[in-house]
Amino acid sequence: MSEALDEFTLMDRPEKNDPLGVLFWICLGWLGLNIFGAVFANLLPLPDPNFGNYSAINASPGLHHLLGTDDLGRDIFSRIVFGSRVSLAVGAGAMIIGFGIGAPLGMLAAYRRGRFDAILTALMYVLLAFPAIIATIAVLSFWTPRALLKIIIVIGLASVPVVYRVIRTATMNIATKDYVIAARIQGATDRRILFKELLPNVAPIGVSFLLIGVATVVILEGALAFLGLSVNPPTPSWGNMINESRTVMAQNPWLVIFPSLAMCLLLLCLNFIGDRLRSHFDVTEVKL
Amino acid sequence: MLLAIVFVVSVGSFYLIHLLPGDPAVVILGTGDNPHNRAVLYKELGLNKPIWDQYFIWMKNIVRGNFGTSFISQTSVASTIRAALPIDVELIVLSQILAFAAAIPAAMRSARHPDGPLDRLLGATSFTLLSIPPFIIIVLLVLFIAIKLQIPHTGPSSYVSLASDWVGNLESLALPAFTLAIASFVVYYRVLRSDLIATLQEEFITLARSKGLSSRRIMWRHAFRPSSVALLGTAAVNIGGLLAGGFVVQYLLAIPGLGYTLIAAIAQSDYLLVQGIVLVVSVGVIAINFLFDFFINLIDPRISRE
Repeated sequence: MSEALDEFTLMDRPEKNDPLGVLFWICLGWLGLNIFGAVFANLLPLPDPNFGNYSAINASPGLHHLLGTDDLGRDIFSRIVFGSRVSLAVGAGAMIIGFGIGAPLGMLAAYRRGRFDAILTALMYVLLAFPAIIATIAVLSFWTPRALLKIIIVIGLASVPVVYRVIRTATMNIATKDYVIAARIQGATDRRILFKELLPNVAPIGVSFLLIGVATVVILEGALAFLGLSVNPPTPSWGNMINESRTVMAQNPWLVIFPSLAMCLLLLCLNFIGDRLRSHFDVTEVKL
Repeated sequence: MLLAIVFVVSVGSFYLIHLLPGDPAVVILGTGDNPHNRAVLYKELGLNKPIWDQYFIWMKNIVRGNFGTSFISQTSVASTIRAALPIDVELIVLSQILAFAAAIPAAMRSARHPDGPLDRLLGATSFTLLSIPPFIIIVLLVLFIAIKLQIPHTGPSSYVSLASDWVGNLESLALPAFTLAIASFVVYYRVLRSDLIATLQEEFITLARSKGLSSRRIMWRHAFRPSSVALLGTAAVNIGGLLAGGFVVQYLLAIPGLGYTLIAAIAQSDYLLVQGIVLVVSVGVIAINFLFDFFINLIDPRISRE
């Protein structure tokens, strides 16, 4: 019986997948490099990101300081690598919370339907109407003292309704497919249908949305840093770096340009990987 | 639905003060903490009553337009908001004019020849722009235009009010409006393009073609209206996002709109002002969403019939 089910699943897959292309792998490599740098920043041969070398203030990019130093003589390359920790931790952490709560609820609601779905969906739409960015700014400005974990929790919770909506829509599209109905007729348990039929088909949509979600959160963290609501200086984060260097950017524009570049490249890669995956798995029904 | 949402938003905004550690009175009064102010505040907010009574007292005041008086700046929160709000509205209107003026023709051209050279170029450009956050765009614009080229009124802290000099006002809002327009352009272009391509597959377009109508007339008269539904829906969500996105841009250029005021209030721990702005902006965003829903029904009556 299970062979028959597998065949159904196989048959329904789109036959010609959009190839991923070289750029996809380059982006994946860059993302991997960013994650590697963030995880192993302590072990890498980098100068202390908070050590101010007063004999080398505003140094240009060169051998001693790969990307130069800032107005306090701190190594920019090292600060960018350490700063990626904040961006990636907030991005990944918030999405773990958002998906951890939103995805199971979305799948369950789409599969069960009925009153459970109706109440939950109404609630999520009410929450969705509340502008998430305002809510985040508001809660973070009142919830003192500031800490990385609080930022992650607040952004994570704010993303739950969006994740819920995407996963619910995606699951509903799949739950009405013939192979799911066939499985149900054959007497498969709810658990089996959820994990063996729905999850593998919702997962690609989830992953591509997850990456775009991480990109959105990275931007949000940057904006919070500008408002002074992200991690406290001198802890390096890309947003903090750009924000702190604004006042001296006429003298040393590199201070603004390098962290901006780091952030844009990461965002470009996340968006590109997410977009390619989405068209690779040919998901047109889900509007992000 | 609208009432439910406004209720949730108001409870949320009200409850913010209670997220603060310690006695709310101490925090709200800040540097203005003295027995007289304390007595006034207790009376105004009913702080010694149960929390639900406090909410109703607060709500009653809000409905009457009384957002309280900041004990830090000694000015009424409502008048501060009234002074700042028009700047946000002007900024958003300007940015939306720019974004629509660029996105609609661009999407029309792209949709006419999908996967053509122009479509690919616009697609790649919009994708790249999608990955540049507004705060980076504004910082780079200031660096090149205000600092390197020395264009007047474009740098930080050079806001000119509309009442005093409208040319200077437009100059001082040019960079932030452009920055916000870029973010909107990308979203509008992508949504309208894919909708136009879908609409152009429909039978009534084939019919219009077979009648020998010009391709220009088909695009504007037949394809644009049914395709603009998702565009309007997106615009509603986007303008809500812009209010918040505009905060950072305003802050960086010290343009005294709501965003700048909000951030200054956060820095000074002026919590009544923060609470007031959060409430006004949230309700504004929700109102915009409902307004656009209404427009969408006008444009495509099929939706309300469903």
